[in-house]
Amino acid sequence: MSAQQGKPDNTRIIRRLLLTVIGMFAFGFALVPLYDVFCDITGFNGRFTDGQAAANTKAVDTSRTVNVQFITRVNQGMPWGFEPEVRSVRIHPGETKVVNFLANNPTGSDMVAQAIPSVAPGEASLYLNKVECFCFNQQPLAAGTKTAMPMQFYLDPEIPDHIHTVTLSYTMYDMTENATPDALAAFVQPAN
Amino acid sequence: MSIKLITALTAMSPIAVQAQSQFNLTQGVTDISQRVYDLHMTIFYICCVIGVIVFGAMFWSMIRHRKSKGRKPATFHESVKVEIAWTVVPFLILIGMAIPATSTLIAMEDSSEADVTILVTGSQWKWHYKYFENDVEFFSLLATQRQQIENKLEKGENYLLEVDRPLVIPTDRKVRFLITSDDVIHSWWVPDFAVKKDANPGFINESWTQVNEPGIYRGQCAELCGKDHGFMPVVVIAKEPAEYDAWIAEQEAAQRQAKEEEQRLLAMSMDMDELMDLGEQVYLGNCAACHQGNGEGVPGVFPALKGSPMALNDMEAHIDIVVNGKSGTSMQAFGNQLSLRELAAVITYERNAWGNDTGETVQASDVNEFMNQ
Amino acid sequence: MSTVVGEMDQHDDHHHHAPSGLTRWLFTTNHKDIGSMYLWFSFIMFLVGGSMAMVIRAELFQPGLQLVDPHFFNQMTTVHGLIMVFGAVMPAFTGLANWMIPMMIGAPDMALPRMNNWSFWILPFAFAILLASLFMEGGGPAFGWTFYAPLSTTYSSDSTALFVFSVHIMGISSIMGAINVIVTIMNMRAPGMTYMKMPLFVWSWFITAFLLIAVMPVLAGAVTMVLTDKYFGTSFFDAAGGGDPVMFQHIFWFFGHPEVYIMILPSFGIVSAIIPAFARKPLFGYASMVYATAAIAGLSFLVWAHHMFTTGMPVFAELFFMYCTMLISVPTGVKVFNWVATMWRGSITFETPMLFALAFVILFTIGGFSGLMLAITPVDFQYHDTYFVVAHFHYVLVSGAIFSIMAAAYYWLPKWTGHMYDEGLAKLHFWASLISVNVLFFPMHFAGLAGMPRRIPDYSLQFADINQIVSIGGFAFGLSQLIFLWVVIKCVKGGEKAPAKPWEGADGLEWTVPSPAPYHTFDTPPKGFDKPPEVK
Repeated sequence: MSAQQGKPDNTRIIRRLLLTVIGMFAFGFALVPLYDVFCDITGFNGRFTDGQAAANTKAVDTSRTVNVQFITRVNQGMPWGFEPEVRSVRIHPGETKVVNFLANNPTGSDMVAQAIPSVAPGEASLYLNKVECFCFNQQPLAAGTKTAMPMQFYLDPEIPDHIHTVTLSYTMYDMTENATPDALAAFVQPAN
Repeated sequence: MSIKLITALTAMSPIAVQAQSQFNLTQGVTDISQRVYDLHMTIFYICCVIGVIVFGAMFWSMIRHRKSKGRKPATFHESVKVEIAWTVVPFLILIGMAIPATSTLIAMEDSSEADVTILVTGSQWKWHYKYFENDVEFFSLLATQRQQIENKLEKGENYLLEVDRPLVIPTDRKVRFLITSDDVIHSWWVPDFAVKKDANPGFINESWTQVNEPGIYRGQCAELCGKDHGFMPVVVIAKEPAEYDAWIAEQEAAQRQAKEEEQRLLAMSMDMDELMDLGEQVYLGNCAACHQGNGEGVPGVFPALKGSPMALNDMEAHIDIVVNGKSGTSMQAFGNQLSLRELAAVITYERNAWGNDTGETVQASDVNEFMNQ
Repeated sequence: MSTVVGEMDQHDDHHHHAPSGLTRWLFTTNHKDIGSMYLWFSFIMFLVGGSMAMVIRAELFQPGLQLVDPHFFNQMTTVHGLIMVFGAVMPAFTGLANWMIPMMIGAPDMALPRMNNWSFWILPFAFAILLASLFMEGGGPAFGWTFYAPLSTTYSSDSTALFVFSVHIMGISSIMGAINVIVTIMNMRAPGMTYMKMPLFVWSWFITAFLLIAVMPVLAGAVTMVLTDKYFGTSFFDAAGGGDPVMFQHIFWFFGHPEVYIMILPSFGIVSAIIPAFARKPLFGYASMVYATAAIAGLSFLVWAHHMFTTGMPVFAELFFMYCTMLISVPTGVKVFNWVATMWRGSITFETPMLFALAFVILFTIGGFSGLMLAITPVDFQYHDTYFVVAHFHYVLVSGAIFSIMAAAYYWLPKWTGHMYDEGLAKLHFWASLISVNVLFFPMHFAGLAGMPRRIPDYSLQFADINQIVSIGGFAFGLSQLIFLWVVIKCVKGGEKAPAKPWEGADGLEWTVPSPAPYHTFDTPPKGFDKPPEVK
């Protein structure tokens, strides 16, 4: 029962198929960065790479206002208090605004946290530019202390007319176990 | 035109009318839900017509073209014209379906400014509602008694579709829902509004509705979210705007009062019996779903409290885990779900029930001190 | 397994080429032996997964919790799904491919016989691991066969590691099987059999195998990410670390949608062989059947997000996925029309394979209609995750895929065993299955439309009547399958001697060899092909 004609051909096809298998396995993982890129471009899921934006250079559109709402949440097992100073602001597209977020660490130990943003509607995330934000970095907070964390932002004047309300949500996660050296350094200095 | 005709046919057909509640999609109480229903019936009737034609042809040949009737088989086996026809005609029908579908979808995405914004947060296995413009927030839990589920009591009319505190919204105003989750993915669904949106942990989704008729509307969590997925209903009461305004003002005042009351009660300590009684109630309502009524938990999934070192020794850790929860597990933070008295009582209960006889009591002031240390 | 091996042994003893004993089955590289093992394995898994469905239906017989607790109920729905998809339907098709493809293309065996042995023998281990996980502390997987993160990562029990391992093994088995099919079809066709002269079953499997190669590795990637998220601190699907749980669904359904076509394309091939045979008339539109199958396979990569309309997508994405999904009904419709045209003015008889094939066409089309309804995004918001969806995919998978497998089994049993099956019993099996499958799944449409979510162990009172009917249908369907077991065993053990070609209108190389097919066939390749067998 020897395989008849084309025996040498088999290895070539098998090699190609195996390469496809490996390629598709890699593609599964490549979907992860591709998804991020896709989200950045489309605002899919209100998700975007949270990066620092340059200050606004475009003219402020004073003809209309957009209601920007702030929602803060803490993750399960996270004992911090975390609230925006104001619930919402009404701004002109292009207008730069600073909003403070108040955090307190009621526990007896130093902690490090990271705020993760999400925007609704997802489309609006493309036009929300943060010049300065506590969410760019991990935030250290010593035991029993409070802090006000600023976020400076503006809406791109090109934001579509049909967007009247933008909701920005932050969820605070406990990162003490995975703190970056920069964040931990905050606790060392006062002791010195 | 065809849609109107079909809708009219639906309305006339006695079966469809009778079937509405029991066997068919609800027409709902919003303009969108009505459009969704019409679209559903349109597509359904188109499918029925195609079905009758295709199955009709099939049964015709099954009956007429049998060997037992002495039929000699034909030999044709291709026809480019016929093939093109039955590629193109379905394609045109699809375009006919896609047009109303697209316009309905776009109507659903209307992003005009809303009058009321409500943050809906799912967690295992309850919903939390927070009115964005007002200082009102609360949890909404299944209100059906355990005994009904376990068949020890007669099941009520709204079995599994009743909650302790329903969401209240105004009619005739645009209500915007921001939907998210604290743990796994849930899905907030009210069929009468044609709103179903996933609650994804860490992300917010939005949806909206404008209800035309006051009433009580019931739905359920629609995404598998763990053990008690079947037991986290959604109940929404739509009230006339004036009634709603009165309600929300009342709630705002009541919630403020409750907070003040709680601070006043801190000085009062409760005795063991009081704590155990209240503690048992709170435990059965909030903890028993996972840790079980007998405190033995479910091995490998939900830890036992009976005989647990934490419940027997480390009181501070015990208060911590109840108040703040434990990240990366199903253990939620109950600090903002229960009052200080309830927290104190349930911790006391866990330290003294099922043979955990520590004899220790925890008072509201102890919990308060822990939370503000 | 051992009793099965014993029976097969006895019956095969008279083929003098075949070695005997347990080692024959362990070390066999013969495509017929391996095909038989696949088929028996899938039938056992069908019964195991089916008994889990019986547990589910028994619990849902009445409102309230009666038999199992919700955590175990979730394990049942999860493992039922996994076993039916990966243990029953897919291995059954692989078994049919092993038995029939070499005989249909005039090859002596599969191209890679030793790998064939491996791809079968790792399967029992995969399912042993999966089933064993049910007995672990904390129970087996309870997050649905779709294992959405973070329910399957942070919030799952430790059996997840076993689940991931077993899915990896199933994936490797499927990939090896697919490679074997592709190489066999490309290199081992009898001289003169060009691609457009291949039987449609071979064609549909050829396309299916490419789908398998393309998407099983993506599934492997998805389960690997679940594993590392749970145990090794990565955060692919955890917002805290910059991941996104919705991304899991995108990756999963990128695999998942082609996967559902993997489970239906070979059915198209089977039905395209059976209908012309019993209508005694050439298949209408052979070429368009091939193109339609390829089009369905191609489109399957563009529609995955229709499983996730409620996750919150921008309108343009929802529209794109809705249009692509609707488009699939065009090639699918072409296939159904072609089958009806094949029957038209034929000379039809109704032996059991034909009955199952006809039931397939009708019930699969009903599943197609509900699929079209589900494609319409605004309405899908109401249908999504309700029993309407459960009804839809059981119509395409049970009365679709499984009915076609039954049809194939009856069609080729005489060739496999050398005996005719008991036509009376087989018809009893058919009618019992046909009636019960509709009592089982049809009312589910109504439950879903009226608002019953899927994957719940208990429901509100308005669904009580429907669920009772559904459960009765479920038990009846489950019992009906025991008739099938009886028919098959009876046919293996004896019965009327089958001629080389027991079906008057059948055509193809498999009918040119004696029944039962000798242990080795086509050692010298056959010659002379001018048309595909369905068109002769």
